[in-house]
Amino acid sequence: MSADFLYGVEVVINGLMSGVMYALVALGFVLIFKASGIFNFAQGVMALFSALTLVGIMEGQVPFAHLINAIFGTHIHNFGWEVPALLAIFLTVLVMVAFAWAVQKFLFRHLVGQEPIILFMATIGLAYFLEGIGDLMWGSEIRTLALGLPQGGARFIEDATAGLGGDDFYGFFIDKLDIVASIVAIILVASLVIFSQYTKHGRAMRAVADDHQAALSVGISLNFVWVLVWSLAGIVALVAGVMWGAKSGVQFSLSLIALKALPVLMLGGFTSIPGAIVGGLIIGVGEKLFEYLIGPMVGGATENWFAYVLALLFLVFRPQGLFGEKIIERV
Amino acid sequence: MFYREAGDFKTSYQADNQTFPIAFDRYRYWFVLAVAYLVIPFMINDYWASAILVPFLIYSIAAIGLNILTGYGGQVSLGTGGFMAVGAYACYKLMTAFPDVSILIHVLLAGGITALVGAAFGLPSLRIKGFYLAVATLAAQFFLVWLFNKVAWFYNYSASGQINAPERTVIGIAVTGPNAPAWAQYMVCLVFVTASALIARNLTRGTIGRTWMAIRDMDIAAEIIGVNPLKAKLTAFAVSSFFVGISGALFFAVYLGAVEVGEAFGINKSFLVLFMVIIGGLGSIFGSFAGAAFLVVLPVALKVVGGDWLGWPTDMVAHLQLVIIGLLIMFFLIKEPHGLAQLWKLAKEKLRLWPFPY
Repeated sequence: MSADFLYGVEVVINGLMSGVMYALVALGFVLIFKASGIFNFAQGVMALFSALTLVGIMEGQVPFAHLINAIFGTHIHNFGWEVPALLAIFLTVLVMVAFAWAVQKFLFRHLVGQEPIILFMATIGLAYFLEGIGDLMWGSEIRTLALGLPQGGARFIEDATAGLGGDDFYGFFIDKLDIVASIVAIILVASLVIFSQYTKHGRAMRAVADDHQAALSVGISLNFVWVLVWSLAGIVALVAGVMWGAKSGVQFSLSLIALKALPVLMLGGFTSIPGAIVGGLIIGVGEKLFEYLIGPMVGGATENWFAYVLALLFLVFRPQGLFGEKIIERV
Repeated sequence: MFYREAGDFKTSYQADNQTFPIAFDRYRYWFVLAVAYLVIPFMINDYWASAILVPFLIYSIAAIGLNILTGYGGQVSLGTGGFMAVGAYACYKLMTAFPDVSILIHVLLAGGITALVGAAFGLPSLRIKGFYLAVATLAAQFFLVWLFNKVAWFYNYSASGQINAPERTVIGIAVTGPNAPAWAQYMVCLVFVTASALIARNLTRGTIGRTWMAIRDMDIAAEIIGVNPLKAKLTAFAVSSFFVGISGALFFAVYLGAVEVGEAFGINKSFLVLFMVIIGGLGSIFGSFAGAAFLVVLPVALKVVGGDWLGWPTDMVAHLQLVIIGLLIMFFLIKEPHGLAQLWKLAKEKLRLWPFPY
């Protein structure tokens, strides 16, 4: 096999890995959209916020330290303790659940029955709010996540595959973190599927996704299900935030992964969990391959827009995405 | 007491169909125009022009454009920033290629070019609807910004990758470039705003505006009663992009003077204009102005209060600003989902009966 072909294969593998990361973010979108019809633009910022919270709790930072210092003229920054990672993750999950409850209680309860575009705008407002609060609470410097996740290229894969393609080929370079992320994503999706298929609350969630009014009439509390769904989305955001944060540091750009997840959603369909995963993989491979094959000819950095154009082309033939529910219009 | 139609008799069709049928509205309209044209240019200084008035006017045009597409046509677009960039770069290329032609014509032509680009990106709207379309318009946003960054021809191969507006004059007075006086910048923008608002208002009242609204309310039903969806959607995209392109051209040539495309016309600009339209009120020309004014004044006001009065560090004020804008957006959507225009309408309804409501 020629080295060029093998490098192509490496690009595909890395594309699959980053596709998993995209799918992770897209999953949170799908959960909320299915259950409440809200297109949650704040998903990316939720990932940023949860990762910031995790780092802040682990380092024992005082929330709103800057604000308190500015108002009262004090100089506090740290509680002076460090929280072990598992406990910090648990506390962060609690924060995300509280956040889900607050969003439901103060925002979307008052917006029931509004048009989808209004709900969408509300989530953009929520994104702004959360971004500002996250920075106010924990500061806006770039933070590193010290969870002890493996970093760097996986040497053993590189060594094992080095013999495949002659002298020009040095083996597949695959980031260890990507492998961990893929495994975590698989576990997450599996547990979500088990939760929604085999538990009481999971069934309630699916019932609400199917038909709000029918679900209400058999005694399912919409309010509870919505809080549940937002909490799940918050946990998914935390996982996505940890994975992306471990990769490139916890910083503002983390919230931009929402923009990476949108074409995935379009392609897979807004209402389908398998769609989010397959869409993520297609986008991941597609944009990496395009950058590898065509990118050098047109000046590179095509990853920003290629995913959108690819999704657009798919949509022209299937307006509801690959796995979305068929859009039936009645007059 | 003053604001009512009783006793205001119309004797011709023309009078009956005029833009402001109520006499008080008409007087108010002329009064605002008179203040804008005859008073403000003599009082304006650099700070007011660059911080509030000029951006307000330019964003108003963009908001009118997006309101035509989203408010009247029902097609949600997140590509406004990209289309503004098209206007800016078209204007730049025209300004440098034909230095003898008036800048005003260049701005109009830039609008025309943007209209063509917008119509091309509007084509998918015939098959894709709702949020799928909104996300699809992001393709335009990212692709256009990337294009202007990568293809050196668009920025005339300048080393920095920026575009800089050369000095151009209108009747002998510089309106672009570093030497343009504040009042000249203001007047140029004002002329374009007045013309845009008049055109937009009359388009949306006429046949074409009604086809847009029919498509917005239910596209299949509109098709059945004889509205051509291809024509209606593409004209909505084209007209909307025309205004957005003009605003982009003015934003670059008159307001900023030098532009780096990712910074000036990034995704945040698209959201900003969309906020203006939603907070102002979907499907209302007045709402476009109100939304633009609100979102231009708010950050300036917050900066003055937080930074200058309370003396807080600037980065914290910036974060607080995000929090407050986010809260305000959510508050508005909960209290008045139809925007400032609806508040205005309610106030007028009340005024009609005031002071004897029974």
